[in-house]
Amino acid sequence: MSLYLYIAAMALTTYLIRVLPLTIFRRPIRSRFLRSFLHYVPYACLSAMTFPAILTSTESLLSGAAALVVAVVLAYRGKSLIVVALSSSAAVLLCQCAAHFLTA
Amino acid sequence: MRWREYRSGVSRGLPVGMGYFSVSFGFGAMAVSQGLKALDAALISLTNMTSAGQFAGLTVIVAAASLWEMVLTQLIINSRYALMSLALSQRMGQRIGVLPRILIAFFNTDEIFALAMSRREPLTIPYMLGLGTLPILGWTGGTLCGGLAGSVLPASIRSALGVMLYGMFIAIVVPPAKKERSILAAAGFALVLSSLFAWVPALKAVSAGISIVICTVIAAGACAVLFPVADEEGGA
Repeated sequence: MSLYLYIAAMALTTYLIRVLPLTIFRRPIRSRFLRSFLHYVPYACLSAMTFPAILTSTESLLSGAAALVVAVVLAYRGKSLIVVALSSSAAVLLCQCAAHFLTA
Repeated sequence: MRWREYRSGVSRGLPVGMGYFSVSFGFGAMAVSQGLKALDAALISLTNMTSAGQFAGLTVIVAAASLWEMVLTQLIINSRYALMSLALSQRMGQRIGVLPRILIAFFNTDEIFALAMSRREPLTIPYMLGLGTLPILGWTGGTLCGGLAGSVLPASIRSALGVMLYGMFIAIVVPPAKKERSILAAAGFALVLSSLFAWVPALKAVSAGISIVICTVIAAGACAVLFPVADEEGGA
């Protein structure tokens, strides 16, 4: 299937979710369950997408695990988004350098 | 007056635009490492303006799944934007008509929403457009640069750049999970479920997009029942 069909489908769906409540359905959501559900969605889906995928996203399990640990520890200490993202990336690079050095 | 409002929006949007640039750099690198062209990755960013949704969408594209699966994953993962748009709609009031709303809806991301809602003065059309300008440029430009860098760099460095996206997701989840037990529960539950989908042989057959949807719906649904939010929840 064409890549552009996928892109059109995802862009249109995302846009409709954003534009309809701004233009047509403008009443607050009454259902407490629905509001609670929407409150938890980002945390649930980001966690599901990150773990365990992060472990297998790099060249070795070890470097993926290092990225995970570094990011969780720094985020727990309240470091900014960019610092956390760059540090986890640096952890992977360090692990890969070490691996190449050891096997060379 | 209009120009000043626009400029005020642009300057408020600057830090978000810079943050978006660095994060979308990771998305671009990851997309290229999964076989997309840098320009196509940038097109995804320009037309979607969402991190989690794009990431899930990339998974669906790479798996060559059906268009329905694409629509379903986006509906679930981006459902929270409906809540933000509703809140933003109330905040904008009668002064902003339907036509500008059609434009503003396009870039109502988590961060732009937060900036708009936190403004003391009334929201105006030029302010909102100013707010969106640099984040859109940063998100698209960062993806393009990440994609181009990913195309020339060796695979080992590319995968290190791709990890930035996961790092960002972790940076979004951990601080609120530290403060609120209910968010920790939602994240933990989703994490256990996604591990089951990855490691239990019978569940491995479920495609990546659908498994993200199932994990999200079950974890967020269970927490909505167990820990309902307070009545005066404005969104985000």
